[in-house]
This record gives sequence, structure tokens and C-alpha cells, in this order.
Amino acid sequence: MLRHLIRISLQQAVNNHNPRPSPRSATPAAAQQTDRSALVALSGLSRRFARRWALRNARLRVHAGEIVGITGHNGSGKSTLLRVLCTALRPSAGQGTVCGYDLVRDADQVRARTAFLAHTPGLYDDLTAEENLRFAATMLGLASRGIAAALERVGLAGEADTRVRGFSAGMQRRLGIARVLLHAPPVVLLDEPYNSLDTEGIELVNDVMRETRARGGAVLVVIHDLVRVAPLVDRVVEMRAGAMLEPVAAVASPLEALAASSVPQPVR
Amino acid sequence: MMSFATNIRRARAIAWKDLTSERRSKAGFNSVAFLGVLILLLFGFALGPDAERLRNAAAGVLWLAVLFSGVLAFNRSYQLELDGNALEPLLLYPGARWSIFVGKLAANLAFVLMVEAVLIPVAMVLFDVSPPPLWGRLLAVIGLGTVGFVALGTFYAAMASRSRAREVLLPLLLFPMLVPVLLASIEASSALLGGDAMRDAGAWMRLLAAFDVIFVTVSLLAFEHVIEI
Repeated sequence: MLRHLIRISLQQAVNNHNPRPSPRSATPAAAQQTDRSALVALSGLSRRFARRWALRNARLRVHAGEIVGITGHNGSGKSTLLRVLCTALRPSAGQGTVCGYDLVRDADQVRARTAFLAHTPGLYDDLTAEENLRFAATMLGLASRGIAAALERVGLAGEADTRVRGFSAGMQRRLGIARVLLHAPPVVLLDEPYNSLDTEGIELVNDVMRETRARGGAVLVVIHDLVRVAPLVDRVVEMRAGAMLEPVAAVASPLEALAASSVPQPVR
Repeated sequence: MMSFATNIRRARAIAWKDLTSERRSKAGFNSVAFLGVLILLLFGFALGPDAERLRNAAAGVLWLAVLFSGVLAFNRSYQLELDGNALEPLLLYPGARWSIFVGKLAANLAFVLMVEAVLIPVAMVLFDVSPPPLWGRLLAVIGLGTVGFVALGTFYAAMASRSRAREVLLPLLLFPMLVPVLLASIEASSALLGGDAMRDAGAWMRLLAAFDVIFVTVSLLAFEHVIEI
């Protein structure tokens, strides 16, 4: 009974926040069309570390304008999936494309079209916030015009000349988000993006996801707290022991995922 | 695809980033220069007070001091990336990987030359060596030797950076490969410090230049494969 009530209230919450039709409700012809336009397409993608398969036979299609949540227990392969997608890891088997570019053959093209916000943002402690972004802009081949705006956006304009060494974990996370804003690529990969962030920071991450969707991009977000992300995501994929539990055609909705997920949710 | 000019800008940004981090932390330069001076002192004690013997050994001891302290510098160069888990983001920027090598090479070259700027005067005082008449050629030998040494050091430090035992692995990989550069640098420097009566230095310098071309070219071409995730 309690489970039923939770399902109804969560369904209402999802409907209120996310009134757009689900991509799964498209007609078969339209669905075929969107399949061809998948920004991320994985087919039997696997990754092995020594004898252990961290990712097994992953099949997934993510279309333009979609936000896909990826959940699962620790060590289930969520982060490995994102790291293979951003070309930080080579797949051991299977194939994958991002924006039509092969993850192995066209790795450089994939890198130009993805932004990856990892657990640790990978900043240089002895450089200031502004210098870190200037370095990122140069490495991305971008002009440095957007740096001030990106810092302003993440609430670090006042700390532009402060060395990152003195930043809290949350501030470093915000600076990592600023680097994503600088780039604004079609595919954004977020690994536990809410970690260390306050309410404003969480809303900032949500805005990044909404904006990526609005400009026709796709977001894959690894998240444990499904309740927090449920209003935003179009669907949720659960992973266990390196495998995706559901085939592509039957990926659960956020609500279904919440009800069916084996991942314990935080008590509120 | 990024243009050549963009990749050169990326290399310049990496060199600037490494040198700025180094300048602000200071810990790297101070410890590396101190180690170099310490090595000179210890060799000086080991060789004894005989001025002639000290002068004869000066070039070899100086290059060994540069070699040992340089290894610390190469390890630090990648440690900067590993400390903040920044190596992976660095490799995930689109663009040619050679630009990362060129940037690291330029930063390491500047760093080792600065260490040499401290070690050479100290060595001249400790080992009772006067500036040679052909001091311009001696500087050229130091430059050529340093380029070959730093090119190989930067390359092998990238290879060792993924290993947990990188501090041990780097000298094991680097030192055997450095034998030709070290030999040519010591012979050319010794000849010039002794006045180069036999006109030996020119041949060693040509050999050093050839090693430099080979080492830099091969490192540039192979870097993409050793740094691949």
C-alpha cells in the first residue's frame, strides 16, 4: 500500500516537472528516425580490468534532447561506462559512437564533442580559478572571452584570482562545472555531479543539464539519489555487476526505476 | 582537427602552466637544485683534495649531478598532473598529443637549464675550474646535452607516470638510454675545459646534435602511444 502511494506521488512529481512526452512514446517511424540521430550509441560495449569485467555488453542509445540517469550499486560499472564514453578508457570489446564518431577510431572527434565532469574535477592547485579556465579554453582551442561569464555563472567571479589550493570541495566542483560551461559540447557526462554542492550548486548542475537538453544535446548522469534527479531525467538505466539490467527498448522511466531499483534511496 | 598553430598554443599553455605551478610552489626547484649541489659536494669529498684530479673529474661529476637532479624534475613534471587527478582531463582535451609532449619538454628544458645555472658555477668553484677560452662552445655542449637528456627524460617520465613505482622505474628506463648522450656530453665538456688541444669537441658535438634530432623525433612520434590511456 505504502509502495503504491509512493508510486502515485512520485508519478505526479515527475509529471509536474517533466511534462514533455517521453522519447519512448514516439511512433515507430519517428523512433527509427531518432535512432539514426542518436548522439550516443553503444553496442555490446565491454571493458575489462585484468580478469574482471567492469562493463559487460552495454547497449544504449541516447538521443538529442535526452537526459539519461544511470544508477547502480558501487562498482556496478557506471563510472567505467562514462570513462569509456569520454575516451578516457578504451573498450575491450564492442562498439560505440558519440555524435556518429567511433570511440576508438575517432577518439579526437569524440573528445571535441564531450565534456566529462568526474568525481574529482582535475584542477591545478597552484593556478587561480581564472587561470585554470584560461588553460582549459586554450586546450580546447577556444577564445578566452567566455571565462568571466562562466565564473560569474558558477558564483566564483569574486574568487577569480584566488588559487584553487584554497578552494573547498564545493568550490572546486563549481569550477569544474564552469569548465563544462566554457565548452558547451553536445554530449555532457556527469559522474555524481551533486557531490559536495550546496542547494545553489545543485540547481546549477540541473541548469547545465536543462540547457544541454534545450540546445539539442544529451546528458548522461551517474547518480545514486534518483529522487533528486527524477524530475529532470527522461529515463533511468540501472547497472549491476557491469551489465545494464534492462535492454534498450525497455529502459525504465524515472518512476519505474525508483520503484524497481535495487539501489537503496536516501531517506527524506 | 585542430590546426598546427592551435596545437602550438596548447604546447605553450602547458609549458606556462607547469612553470607557473613550479614558480609558485618553489618546492621543486629548491629541492632539485639542493640535491644537485649536494651531489657535487659528495663527489668532491670522495675525490679528495688533489686539485688536478678534481679538475679532470669536473665535467663528469657535473653531468652526473644534472642527471640525478633532472630525474627528480621529470618525475615532478607528471606529479603535478597526478596530484590533482589532472592527467586524465589533460588527455581528454581534443588535439594532437604531440602538443602535450612539446609543452612538457619546453617546461622541463627551462627547469633543467635553471638548475644547471646554479650547478655550473658551484662546480667551477668546488672543482677549481676556470672558465675555458672556448666558453661559447661549452655552453653549446651544455645546451645540446640538455636537450637530448630532457627529451628522453620527458618521454620516459610519461611512460612511467602510470606506474605506482614510477620513481624507481624512471631511472631504470632512462639511464641505459642516456649512455650515448652522457658519454658525448662528458667527452665534449672535458675537451673544452682542457682547452680542446686535440680538437675533439667538434666531433662529440656533432654526435650530440645527431642524438638530439633522433631522440626528439622518436619521442614526438611515440609519445601518443606511451601516454594513451
